[in-house]
Amino acid sequence: MKARRLVSALALHALLAAAAALTLFPLVWMVGVSLMPSGEAMSLPPRLLPSAPTLEHYRTLLERLDLVRYLASSATVALGATLFSVTFNSMAGYALAKLRFAGHRPLERVLLAALVVPGQIGMLPLFLMLREMGLVNTYWGVLVPSMAGIFGIFLVRQYASTIPDALLDAARVDGAGELRVFWSIALPLCRPILVTLAVATFMGAWNDFLWPLIVLTDDRLYTLPVALAGLFGEHVQDPELMMAGAVVTVLPVMLVFLALQRYYIAGMTSGSLKG
Amino acid sequence: MRTRYSALALLLGPALCLIGVFFFVPMVASLALSLTDFDIYAVADRSALRLVGLRNYTALLGDPLFWSALRNTLYFVVVGGPLSIAVSLAAALAVHARGVRMKGLFRTVFFLPVTTTIVAVAVVWRYLYHPRFGLLNYVLAAFGLGPVDWLGDPAWAMPSIIAMAVWKNFGFNMIVFLAGLQSIPERLYEAASLDGAGRWRQFVHVTLPSLAPTTLFVTLLTAIGYFQLFAEPYVMTQGGPAGSTRSVVLLMYEEGFRWWNIGMAAAVAFVLFAILLGVMALQAGLRRLLSASNDADASAAKAAAQPRQVPA
Repeated sequence: MKARRLVSALALHALLAAAAALTLFPLVWMVGVSLMPSGEAMSLPPRLLPSAPTLEHYRTLLERLDLVRYLASSATVALGATLFSVTFNSMAGYALAKLRFAGHRPLERVLLAALVVPGQIGMLPLFLMLREMGLVNTYWGVLVPSMAGIFGIFLVRQYASTIPDALLDAARVDGAGELRVFWSIALPLCRPILVTLAVATFMGAWNDFLWPLIVLTDDRLYTLPVALAGLFGEHVQDPELMMAGAVVTVLPVMLVFLALQRYYIAGMTSGSLKG
Repeated sequence: MRTRYSALALLLGPALCLIGVFFFVPMVASLALSLTDFDIYAVADRSALRLVGLRNYTALLGDPLFWSALRNTLYFVVVGGPLSIAVSLAAALAVHARGVRMKGLFRTVFFLPVTTTIVAVAVVWRYLYHPRFGLLNYVLAAFGLGPVDWLGDPAWAMPSIIAMAVWKNFGFNMIVFLAGLQSIPERLYEAASLDGAGRWRQFVHVTLPSLAPTTLFVTLLTAIGYFQLFAEPYVMTQGGPAGSTRSVVLLMYEEGFRWWNIGMAAAVAFVLFAILLGVMALQAGLRRLLSASNDADASAAKAAAQPRQVPA
């Protein structure tokens, strides 16, 4: 019995390790190819690792292909979206969780119903609207749809509703105004879910492709994914260069996730189960 | 009372204004636009704009391009959706299994593809799929198979995109399943094992029914997400070969932002919206059905968990 259990435990671990290797393979290979001298990826038999690692493709990206500009563009959009979304969604989420007011229930119901409507539906009129407002081909145009969101509001709402009312009332009795109660009592208690929201927004904004592709017409403003898709059209024959571009595009988000995954996973799963 | 309402306005106002102006207004406007012949001339001069009623919709329904886009999207949803949910569930069960070491590490590794940009991933996979130098064909050749022109053959292009999407997405649903698994009360397993149920029967009679609500939720999210297929074919195949990977959203993008047939593109968006509403209604119906049967299950489980007299 004991031997059988040991064998099955070993088999399970072997299976998991194989699955993990398979999952990591495209990512590891991406890094490997990005370090190969030009032409080495397009050879038979295919190579997994570079014969002589080189950073020449990263240098090309930096010096000839405006990598720094695209990085700065992506960072602006992703950090801007994160800052606005954490601010506005935490305010609204707290208000829905803890303030009683006329129309509270209908408002929540409308928002919840709209939660599942994909943004693509309104994309064309939104583009025309932003065009009238002069926001096409600006970072504001890219940012505007992600500055506040129903998902973010409810993520904070669910979490904030677990704060005991007595705590807030005690502060009110002491003479604190509503804004003060929000800022000094509720917000610090919501910190874990705010980190979740920040990571989710950062990831979403950094990785978004369709909307920046539509709004940004000037390639000097392109975010990394849009720039990478454009480069791919011209440099299909340079896999090593393209892989270096892919590494740079993927790495920042991966690092943010690895650093904050504890908050991200806990927050995302606690919220989603109530859906 | 006054201060309460001004505080409320300050807290709720910004988010609601932003969502109202940049989400609800465009949504309604989209419906209105789909009833007009808004095109490239109207972009420059609004007086060229005319109401055309449902003409965009009838034109769309008579367009073979639309039907092929719908067929391709359904292919992606119906094959790719269940496949990625099955992989997510298998991964969650394996990571959650009793006695597994380094659960956190496996979970992180399986989640990593979710954090990547679809554009970067599409670039990487295009080289893996390369007909001459790609690793996939090289491995197949070792078994005497292939070569397959993965993205160049209309029969293989969509399956290739599905494989990549499953790889990229399964980690997200896996963490949702893991949370579902962790919330199953241990006493249900104890009760089952007291009743003499082995591991397999525990899985069938405890784990699977307890995961049903999670599965339904995951299915809805996955279906909604997969119906919006866009970046994968845009970057990897541009909808080709022979239109075999042109999705509904890609069609909308081409109509709207390539040809500036905005009225037509809005109609495409609304047909997609109607389909998603149908999917959601289906899910809501299933959930009602499930909660009815779950109540019965719960009382049975409760009965099973009652301490019982051990015969001497």
